[in-house]
Amino acid sequence: MNIHEYQAKELLQSFGVPVPSGSVAYNSTQASQVAEELGGNRWVVKAQVHAGGRGKAGGVKVVSSLDEVKKAADAMLGSRLITHQTGPEGSLIQRVLIEQASTIRDELYLGFIIDRASQRITLIASSEGGMEIEEVAKTHPEKIITEIVDPAIGLRDFQCRKVATAIGLKGKLMPQAVRVMKAIYRCMRDNDALQAEINPLAIVGGDDDLRLMVLDAKFNFDDNALYRQKTITEMRDLQEEDPKEVEASGHGLNYIALDGNIGCIVNGAGLAMASLDAITLHGGKPANFLDVGGGASPEKVTNACRIVLEDPNVQCILVNIFAGINRCDWIAKGLIQACDSLKIKVPLIVRLAGTNVEEGRKILKESGLTFITAENLDSAAEKAVAIVKG
Amino acid sequence: MSVFVNKHSKVIFQGFTGEHATFHARDAISIGTQVVGGVTPGKGGTTHLGLPVFDTVAEAVAATGADVSAVFVPPPFSADALMEAIDAGIKVAVTIADGIPIHDMVQVQRYRVGKDAIIIGPNTPGIITPGECKVGIMPSHIYRRGNIGIVSRSGTLNYEATEQMTALGLGITTSVGIGGDPVNGTDFVTVLRAFEADPETEVVVMIGEIGGPQEVAAARWAKDHMTKPLIGFVAGVAAPAGRRMGHAGAIIASEADTASAKMDAMEALGHYVARNPAHIGQTVLEAMRKQGIAIR
Repeated sequence: MNIHEYQAKELLQSFGVPVPSGSVAYNSTQASQVAEELGGNRWVVKAQVHAGGRGKAGGVKVVSSLDEVKKAADAMLGSRLITHQTGPEGSLIQRVLIEQASTIRDELYLGFIIDRASQRITLIASSEGGMEIEEVAKTHPEKIITEIVDPAIGLRDFQCRKVATAIGLKGKLMPQAVRVMKAIYRCMRDNDALQAEINPLAIVGGDDDLRLMVLDAKFNFDDNALYRQKTITEMRDLQEEDPKEVEASGHGLNYIALDGNIGCIVNGAGLAMASLDAITLHGGKPANFLDVGGGASPEKVTNACRIVLEDPNVQCILVNIFAGINRCDWIAKGLIQACDSLKIKVPLIVRLAGTNVEEGRKILKESGLTFITAENLDSAAEKAVAIVKG
Repeated sequence: MSVFVNKHSKVIFQGFTGEHATFHARDAISIGTQVVGGVTPGKGGTTHLGLPVFDTVAEAVAATGADVSAVFVPPPFSADALMEAIDAGIKVAVTIADGIPIHDMVQVQRYRVGKDAIIIGPNTPGIITPGECKVGIMPSHIYRRGNIGIVSRSGTLNYEATEQMTALGLGITTSVGIGGDPVNGTDFVTVLRAFEADPETEVVVMIGEIGGPQEVAAARWAKDHMTKPLIGFVAGVAAPAGRRMGHAGAIIASEADTASAKMDAMEALGHYVARNPAHIGQTVLEAMRKQGIAIR
């Protein structure tokens, strides 16, 4: 689960991390009020969408009058921001963050991830902030500093000092860097974040008043841990998510829309991916990824059919079930129930295997409905592609 | 022979009295698994499926000599159950649950350091040595005994590959599902090393998916340390970048994470690669013929 920048900053602030003074606004009047209350004479108006690349796409404006704050907010709110991460349709801007503008002296990068090789939280830092870290990794790999954290010990001061030195944070900035790094680490760990990215971490202020300040922050949280993260769960913005994926997850289904015409209902993520691959190898295009998961009841199968069929491009559905903890007889009952209640008009290609396969096949056969059955993955994919190609 | 579990393994079930544990304990017993009891806190002293139930794993181990545990505990309690198993001296703990918080697994992996125990999973169908021992949720009837070792991240794709092999008359020594999570107890290399050391295993099949560096690291390790042929497949050629494809660990974050890049790397390292998920069995058969390995 992702959250907005303003939410990330509120969260960080609660851990003692310095962020600019600011507040979220839902309309332009509110935006100029926020700016007025913040005071000063320069503000930043930032579009709040989950996608990255907002700056380049015109989603960040620095302005120097309350009137300009209002104008900038007006232009952003209700419009769609198109960045390299949103796709051509863009993301609807419904909230803007108004902040006091900082005078930036330098921009650095700080990130925490769960490194898959070491299986531990790893701190990534660079003196090259303000640009994408993947770009830095490509052009200046020597400027990427990493430090692995032992989960039993936690992030130690000396590790932070080591990293701070490597990215050029000296003098008064060194103890601040230690505090900031440790706070972000705690924030990540305590909230079950998978990733925390601070880019840029800015050096602001005058010569005798140098300070670190988080100018942008991105968090990604573990969906599997949301049951114990009430505060984070409340930050979820469903407007930022695909409504069909939200609906599917409400039914315990994992759905991802794709741009083809062969609907897919499969159990298990690996087999679901392999089914998309098999369709593609036969020259077809899958309309979606859908994993019905384990223990799929007839109701779950019906919901799966309904969600897949909401996509008008779907010309047939490939059902590929290899039951382990699932049961083929339940899947078969679900398909019959779906045909009945949804009045399905597109052909269904069904491949059943594994637990209770004979019962499942029998139920389909005796239903009197027309299912195109397939013995294996290859023929299932082949039959589905043949149908859409006429 | 086989890897990790065999007919001598004494298996307990944590969360023994639950629905899935009961179903799969029965199935495990039917294929010859030595199930010696189970653990359900609060139900110690009772019996289930004619076997003793204990409150703690330590009691179960002391009373039965169990060395393998099938952990059928819901995700929020799985990490604790795994640590309890390791603490009690269990040598192989298999955790089926899909949905264990990643930070919990980071803790478990830290706890395991320096202890002589293997964790298989989470988010796995488990492990099976056909005719000897099943610890998991796989449909045991599709597995036939032979000389091929199989290791996969995905459960259902493991079944798929197994069925293809079984249809061609090929059998396996042991099937290990390492699971679809980004932080898991056992990685590909650990399983490959076990297969390489197992005299009965003559060929190894490795089934991966998009996301993470594991497959390529394993393929590299195999090139330097394995004498037995390795056949690889990676699911997700058709998967879009940046989207989590069902499994928590299945996400393309960089070019190296793609299925094609991983399969190209495997091929470049001299391994056999099935490019089509429907042709895994066929590719294994061809590789065995080429290497002069008997079909059994």
